Amino acid sequence: MEESVLSGRIWVLLDRKERLIEDIDTDQIYHNAFLHITELSQMGQYALGNLEGWKDFPEKVHSGDILVAGRNFGAGSSRQQAVDCFTALNIGLILAPSFGAIYFRNAVNSGFPVLKCAALDELVAKKALETGDKIEVNFRSGEGWDISKDISFKVEPMSAVQYDILKAEGLFNYGKKLGHE
Amino acid sequence: MGKTVIEKIIQGHTVEEVKPGKIVWMDLDIRSARDFGGPNVVKNYEREYGETPVADKKKTYFTFDLCVPPSSLKYADNQQICRKFARKQGIKVFDVDCGIGSHVLVEEGLAQAGTTVVGTDSHMNILGAVGCFGQGMGDVDIAFAFRSGKTWFEIPETVKVLLKGSFSSPATAKDLTLYILKKLGTKKAALKAVEFYGEAVKNLTLSGRITFCSMVTEMAGIIGFIPEFGDSLKSEIKDISGIKFSHHQAEKDSSYADEVEIDISGLVPQVAVPFSPDNVQDVSELKGVKIDTGFIGSCTNGRTEDLALAARILQGKKIKEGVTLKVVPATRRVYKEILEKGILEDLFRSGAVVSNPGCSGCAEGHMGLTGEGEVQISTGNRNFAGKQGKGKTYLASPVVVAASCLFGSISSQEDL
Repeated sequence: MEESVLSGRIWVLLDRKERLIEDIDTDQIYHNAFLHITELSQMGQYALGNLEGWKDFPEKVHSGDILVAGRNFGAGSSRQQAVDCFTALNIGLILAPSFGAIYFRNAVNSGFPVLKCAALDELVAKKALETGDKIEVNFRSGEGWDISKDISFKVEPMSAVQYDILKAEGLFNYGKKLGHE
Repeated sequence: MGKTVIEKIIQGHTVEEVKPGKIVWMDLDIRSARDFGGPNVVKNYEREYGETPVADKKKTYFTFDLCVPPSSLKYADNQQICRKFARKQGIKVFDVDCGIGSHVLVEEGLAQAGTTVVGTDSHMNILGAVGCFGQGMGDVDIAFAFRSGKTWFEIPETVKVLLKGSFSSPATAKDLTLYILKKLGTKKAALKAVEFYGEAVKNLTLSGRITFCSMVTEMAGIIGFIPEFGDSLKSEIKDISGIKFSHHQAEKDSSYADEVEIDISGLVPQVAVPFSPDNVQDVSELKGVKIDTGFIGSCTNGRTEDLALAARILQGKKIKEGVTLKVVPATRRVYKEILEKGILEDLFRSGAVVSNPGCSGCAEGHMGLTGEGEVQISTGNRNFAGKQGKGKTYLASPVVVAASCLFGSISSQEDL
C-alpha cells in the first residue's frame, strides 16, 4: 500500500433519524469528568462516552477502523484527550465535513489523521457510505473509494504542514527536524 | 490587498507574508497552561525535552483555575506536577487563589493589544476583547510552545459583522452576545476570525467586551475583535492593568470572506435553551419554566460589573425557597472589588453561595454541576448535553439569572 493511503472499516456517526451528527463537542467525545487521566491506555474506554446512542463504541470498534462524523466535529474545549482516546483505540482516521479548530490542530499535532470531506452529508444521505463499509483514502491526492460499494468520492488533500507532521509522527519530532531540540 | 486585524497581529509575529489560508510559523508572546492540560504539558515536555529550559521563562506561565483549590486527589496531584515543574524551570504560577487564567493575564497586563497568547483554555480567544490574539490549544501544542516560543497557524479568513442599532436596559452585553450567536449560529463564523463593528459593540465596557468575545468560541470562530472603542475603555484598561490601550485597525482595502449586517434594535433579554448555546429565544417565550438553581460567574460573566448587575436585582430580597444560587467571581481582583463595594454582602444576604474565584462548573472542577432532572439557569457559555452534569442548563445574563432565582422560574427584570 502507498504510504499516503489509509484504509479501514467505517463507523458512520448517525443519530436516531439516520442523519450524520453535527457539532459533536469534546464533552460528548471525552467527558470532562475524566480530564484528570493522563495515561493514554486508560483513555480509550471513554471515547464517545457522552454521545447518545454511541456509548458502547469502545467495545464495538476494532483497531484500524475509521470514524465518519458530521460537520464541526470536536467543537468545544482544547482537551487533547478527545483526540488521544481515539489514538488509544487505534482508530485509523476521522473523516468529517469540518472540525473544531482546536480539535483539528490537536489531531494534526499528535500525528493522528483527520481529513475534511465536504460531500460527506450527501454521501451518507444517499447511503453511499454506510457503517461496516471498507473505504480507502489517499490523503495527498484527495481520492476516496468505498471499496464495499465501489463508489469513489473526494476529500480535501492534507496541507503540507499536516502531511509533514503526520509523517514525522507528531509535532515534537517534526519540531526537532526544524531544530527545536 | 490590505490586512484585517488578525492578519496585522500575526504579521507582526512572523517573517512570512501573511494571507488567509496560508500556514505560517509565528512567535508567541505568552505561553500558558492551566491545571487541566498543564500536567500533560509537563509530561510531554519532560518526555521530549528532559531538563532543557523553556524558551523564555518570563513568557511562560501556569494559571490554575479549574479545580481550585482542588476538591479531588487527582487535581491535587496534577497541580503539584505543574508546580514542581514550574519551580525547577523558574516559571511563575498563578496558583489556586488567583482565578480564571485568561482574566488574570488581562489584569496583569500580560495579554495586551497586538500580542499573541496561547493557553490550554478553549476560551483563550476571549482575549480578542482587548485586541490580543489569544488562542486555546491542546497540551502537545503548548508543550511545543513552551520549548520553542512558536506555533504553526493557518491564517483564517475574516468575516465582518456590522451591528445596526443600539440597546439599553433591561438588555445587557450577554443578551447582545446570545442574540448575535443566534443570528450567526455555528456556521457563519466557523473557523474564521470575526471583526464586529457598530455602536452597540463600540460602546461596550471591558466586561461587556469580554462577555461578547468569549462566545465567539461557541460560534465556532477562531477569534472575535471589536476594533473600535470609546475613551472610557482606555481608562478602564489602564486602571485594571496599567497598560496603555490601542487596537489594530483593519486596512481600508482588506478583504473579507463575508460581510454580515445584523439589526439589534429593540433587543430584549435572551436565553439559550438546552442543549446548544445558539438555541436562543426571547426571555418572554420561556417565562414560567421552572428552575432549581442558578449560577453566576465563568469567564463569560464573572466580572465585577456582572456581579453588580445581579446584586442590584437581589438587593434586599431573598432567593425563592428551594432554589439555590451559586456565584463565582472570575478573579481575586473581582473578589476584592465585590467585597469593597458591598456587592458580596448583597449577594450573601439574598441567600447566594459565593465561592472563591475560578472557572467553576464549566468543567467538573468546581460548583455549578447539575444532577439528573435538575434545571439550572447559568451565565456560562455552554449548555451542551451532559457538560455540567445530567441536568439541563439554560444560558442567560446575570440579570435574568438573578431574577429567575427570586421567582424559581425563568423571569426578567420586568417581573420584579
